[in-house]
Amino acid sequence: METSFALTGKGYVIVAADTTAARSIVKMKVDEDKIKEISPHLLMAYSGEPGDTVQFAEFVERNIRLYQIRNLYPLRPSAAASWIRRSLADSLRSRSPYSVNLLVGGYDTATHEPKLYWIDYLGTQVDVPFGAHGYGSYFALSLLDRYHDPEASLEEGLATLKRCVDEVAKRLVVSPGRYKVKVVDKDGVREVEI
Amino acid sequence: MSIMEYNGGSVIAMVGKDCVAIASDLRLGNQALSISSNFQKVFPVTDRIYVGLPGLGTDVTTLRERFRYRINMYTIKEEREIEPETFAHLVSSTLYEHRFGPYFIEPVIAGLSKTPSGGVKPLIAAADLIGCLNFAKDFVVAGTASTKLLGVAEGLWEPDLEPEDLFETISQTLLNSVDRDAFSGWGAVVHVITKDSIISRTLKGRMD
Repeated sequence: METSFALTGKGYVIVAADTTAARSIVKMKVDEDKIKEISPHLLMAYSGEPGDTVQFAEFVERNIRLYQIRNLYPLRPSAAASWIRRSLADSLRSRSPYSVNLLVGGYDTATHEPKLYWIDYLGTQVDVPFGAHGYGSYFALSLLDRYHDPEASLEEGLATLKRCVDEVAKRLVVSPGRYKVKVVDKDGVREVEI
Repeated sequence: MSIMEYNGGSVIAMVGKDCVAIASDLRLGNQALSISSNFQKVFPVTDRIYVGLPGLGTDVTTLRERFRYRINMYTIKEEREIEPETFAHLVSSTLYEHRFGPYFIEPVIAGLSKTPSGGVKPLIAAADLIGCLNFAKDFVVAGTASTKLLGVAEGLWEPDLEPEDLFETISQTLLNSVDRDAFSGWGAVVHVITKDSIISRTLKGRMD
C-alpha cells in the first residue's frame, strides 16, 4: 500500500515515498515518482486517489510557479503550505473533492530553517518534525518518536529513514518494494539513494 | 465514527475575579493515531479576547483564518477593537451561515469586556457547531473530553479566584480530564487574561 515519510534534521528535510503505482491487487508500475519539486526549495510527496493525486500536484506546481513568475521570488514553505491547505479545504466542500494526502517539506531561505507540513485530504495542516502517510505511518511514527533527532546530520537522518523503510518492509503485509528519496536543504532539492 | 471525534482535542474556559482563563490540549490525531503533539486550538483575537476551536482539524484552521479576516474588517470599519460579547455573536452568526453544511467546531470564547466605570467584566461563552451561544457564569467546556471536563470543573471551580489560583484550577481540571480521554492530551496550553497582562504557559502532560 502507498506509504510516504518525511523528517527534518539539521538544515534539511528528507522526503521519501514508495514508487509503486497499484490498481486493485496489481502493481502497474514500480518506478513512479510521487515527490514533486514544486519550487527551488520545496518538495511535495503526494498519495491518495489515483488521478486526483497527479492532477492536484500539477495544479499546485503550476500555481506556485505562477506566483514566482509574477512576484520574482518564490513562496516560503509556510506560505506555500497554507495555500495548498486552503485549496484542499475549499475542494473538500465542493462537488468533487480531491482526495490527496501530502507531505510538504521545504527549506526556508529567509530564516534558514527546514520546515515540514503534514496535510491530509480534509485540509488538516500541521507543522511537524516528522510525518508519514499511509499504512507505513503506523510503524514509522513510533519508530521516529524513538529515533528522530532534529539536530542530526544528513547521514544520521538517512539512517533513521532506512530504519523506517526496513521496519515497514518487515512488518507490513503488503509492503512497497522501493522508495524514492529526496532531500531539500540550503542548496536546493536533490535525489539521494538509500 | 463521529466527525467531531476524528481529530480529537478539548478546550475549557473559566471565570475568575476580574480575570478569565482558557486552556486546551495540544493533540491532533487521526482517530487513534496521534499525528502531532503541538497543534494549537486556542488563538488570540484581541488583547483581551481568546477563542478556542476544538473539533475537526481542517475547520480549526479555516475558522481561525475566517475570524482573523472578520476581526480585521471590524477593527478597520469601527476604528476600535471588538468587545467579547460582540465577538461571541460574530462567532455565532459565522457558524449559523453554514447551518446546513456546518464547520465541525464548537468554539469557546474567553474575554474581558470594559465596564463604563473603567473596570473589566469577565465573559466566557461556548457555542455548538451551528452557533447556539451559551454564556456561562462559571465555566464552559468543549471537545472530546467535554464530559470529563464538566465533572472535574464542577468539583474544583469556585467563585472569585485570583489569576494564579485560577491558573492552577483550570490547569488541574484540564490535565486530569484529558488523562481519561483517549483523543485529548499530549500537553496543554493555558492563557489567563487579566486587566493588564496575559499569562500564557505551556504544560507538560502524560504522553500515553
